[in-house]
Amino acid sequence: MEEREFSFGLSEEQRTMKETVARLIKDVVADNAHDMDEKKAIPADFIQKVWELGATISVIPEDFGGYGMDYSPIMNAIILEELAYGDMALAVASTLPSMFLYPILEMGTDDQKKKYLPLYCDATFKPCTIAINEPRFRFDPVSMETKAEKKGGSYVINGKKCFVPMAKDAGHMLVAADVSGKPSLFIVAKDNPGVKLGEREKNLGIYALESYPVTFENCEVPAADMLGGDNGCNFEAFLQKTRTGLCAIGTGVSRASFEYARDYSKERVQFGEPIASRQSVAFMIAEMAYEVDGMRLLTWKAASMLEAGMDAKRESYLAKLFAGDMTMKITDYGVQVLGGHGYVRDHPVERFYRNGRGIAILEGMATV
Amino acid sequence: MINLVPSQKMNEVKASINNLAKGMLRPIARKYDENEHEYPKELDMFRSIKIMGGGKKKKKEGEEPKKDEKPAAKKLGTNLSTVISIEEMCWGDAGLLLSLPNAGLGNAAIAAVATEEQHERFGNKWAAMAITEPGSGSDSGSITATAVLDGDEWVLNGEKIFVTCADRCDVVVVWATIDKKAGKAGIKSFIVEKDREGFKLEKLEHKLGIRASDTGTFVLSDCRIPKNNLLGSAEVKSATEGFKGVMKTFDNTRPLVASMALGIARAAIDFTREKIEESGIKLDYTKNPNNISSLEKEFYLLEANLDAMRLLTWRAAWMADNQEFNNLEASMSKAKAGRYGTLITQKCCELLGPLGFTQEYLAEKWMRDSKIMDIFEGTGQIQHLIVARNVLEFSSKQLR
Repeated sequence: MEEREFSFGLSEEQRTMKETVARLIKDVVADNAHDMDEKKAIPADFIQKVWELGATISVIPEDFGGYGMDYSPIMNAIILEELAYGDMALAVASTLPSMFLYPILEMGTDDQKKKYLPLYCDATFKPCTIAINEPRFRFDPVSMETKAEKKGGSYVINGKKCFVPMAKDAGHMLVAADVSGKPSLFIVAKDNPGVKLGEREKNLGIYALESYPVTFENCEVPAADMLGGDNGCNFEAFLQKTRTGLCAIGTGVSRASFEYARDYSKERVQFGEPIASRQSVAFMIAEMAYEVDGMRLLTWKAASMLEAGMDAKRESYLAKLFAGDMTMKITDYGVQVLGGHGYVRDHPVERFYRNGRGIAILEGMATV
Repeated sequence: MINLVPSQKMNEVKASINNLAKGMLRPIARKYDENEHEYPKELDMFRSIKIMGGGKKKKKEGEEPKKDEKPAAKKLGTNLSTVISIEEMCWGDAGLLLSLPNAGLGNAAIAAVATEEQHERFGNKWAAMAITEPGSGSDSGSITATAVLDGDEWVLNGEKIFVTCADRCDVVVVWATIDKKAGKAGIKSFIVEKDREGFKLEKLEHKLGIRASDTGTFVLSDCRIPKNNLLGSAEVKSATEGFKGVMKTFDNTRPLVASMALGIARAAIDFTREKIEESGIKLDYTKNPNNISSLEKEFYLLEANLDAMRLLTWRAAWMADNQEFNNLEASMSKAKAGRYGTLITQKCCELLGPLGFTQEYLAEKWMRDSKIMDIFEGTGQIQHLIVARNVLEFSSKQLR
């Protein structure tokens, strides 16, 4: 393969996409993010408008209903940041099908691709989702308590999952389960009798995103629906992409908090001058600025390696660790710069702070 | 198109300079830490090797720089190549890198603005830079050293402190004002040969770190130098263009200092990793950070911050190579690298426990060496001011 030039510059195509998403977010979300959060719902037409960008299905081959364009983790990271800059709940919801489709596209058997990809490559957004997190102390995606056991021509899944976005309306979900010590993914139909949905969850942040706890009780799925077939899938590679995706979301949320605090600090006058004229505030703004950039560059670094087909285990892991920590710090600063006004819900920084907590905790909410 | 996977060429530069640093600098790092002020004669071999920026290509009169000449895909820009090299050299030893013959800051100034005639006379000299005064640090526009023209000679008076390579250099580029009323616009730089009468190396400092690098104080008392030892134009412009020009060179040098911090911090991290692995812990970058030991988690965070420092530094250098204005990014890189270089080397000592406190290993030295990176070439506070002014779009009056 021809070596690509080392570069920090966006290509024409990347810039155009970034601007397109930014414009869309400005039109669609505008001042609605607050309402979405209060009403705990994302209007369906908002998700549909993002879906119509076609970013998710553009990389699915034409044979399966997509546009057959080049798959680019870097482009996906750029898009995710812009969406999350607008609203984290909308970012996760509108790209949720990629959590289901991309692993099948990359690691699925031919039959799995043929059977499942076309179901969601539609002009209309149709939810499909992923069940990976578990409601327990010290949850770890590399050692799950949800187990799948082989019985004859089927696997039987037992265990509890949480934070399953849009599970109620999803047609299918990818379920992460342990198969004799090896993390694996299963394609499970929502109407499988072994799938039991709980009450909609109430969480610290991303209120607008519906999510559910899901219990699997002797949930039997055909062996053919284990992702990748008999040998399973490369779960490590899957995690690298989802971790990088979350970093892109963290960058977007952090940037939103930084920009809001920056603008506020220029307008808020105390002691006869803008509070930004005080070094104690200005230095916080400066720190937010370079840490947001650092987070984005770590995300792009991991995405660049994935795009080049390299192993990004270390880079995606470190990027997520950094993003988890730094998103918390930046969104905390965002509230702090606004003081009491940052604590009331009239300003978005309190929402960014709550949403930002998810970056370190959640797994598998977005993918590049 | 965004691509942050280092090119083959970048990896080659890194590997070859790392070899050099490993073979030439690391083995004598402790020796010159202990023997402060002694000239590291082993560095004489570097007189013919350019590490810092590759020196100055002589510009021919009337030749225009080719602006729209795009670097070819595999060509490596000077700034990026230099920050990669400096990281490796400082991984070897930062104090020694600062002591490389004929590679002083003064050499950079001469390379940038000297006339043909000055290039002839001083091109092969080791040139130090003297800006700071006892009463003038970050506010370099407030210097009080004076230069008065008397016939064909400039007469210089004042005191200069914190001059790097003070003892070893041949000439010193001295900042002095020729018109105090003109403020920053009156500040000019002068090349002063070490043997000039009235030019005295008063003392050498004893420092926290980078002890291999000699730092000294000069006193100028009625020191006379020829008129043509003034670097650049003698004309006092009404605006502060000349001073701004000097400040602009910081946009290029700040990523270099950031990469010094990177090199030291990586040395500490590499050593700490070695000890962690020797103890039987496998760093596998997989488990939920809450399911690993605090030592592992802290170590991973140091690594993540090191990577962030490097990317911010490389971005500033890459922009300079691509003729993009990088004042904000240069200061971002130094703000982050200065601060986190200090924190990383401190934390490594902590994680190493007794191995981080003994002089038997270099970890304690790296903690001392690193601190200067958040101080010279613009302190961390100054970098934060510059970043804040940029993102707030505030003037230096609006944010002081």
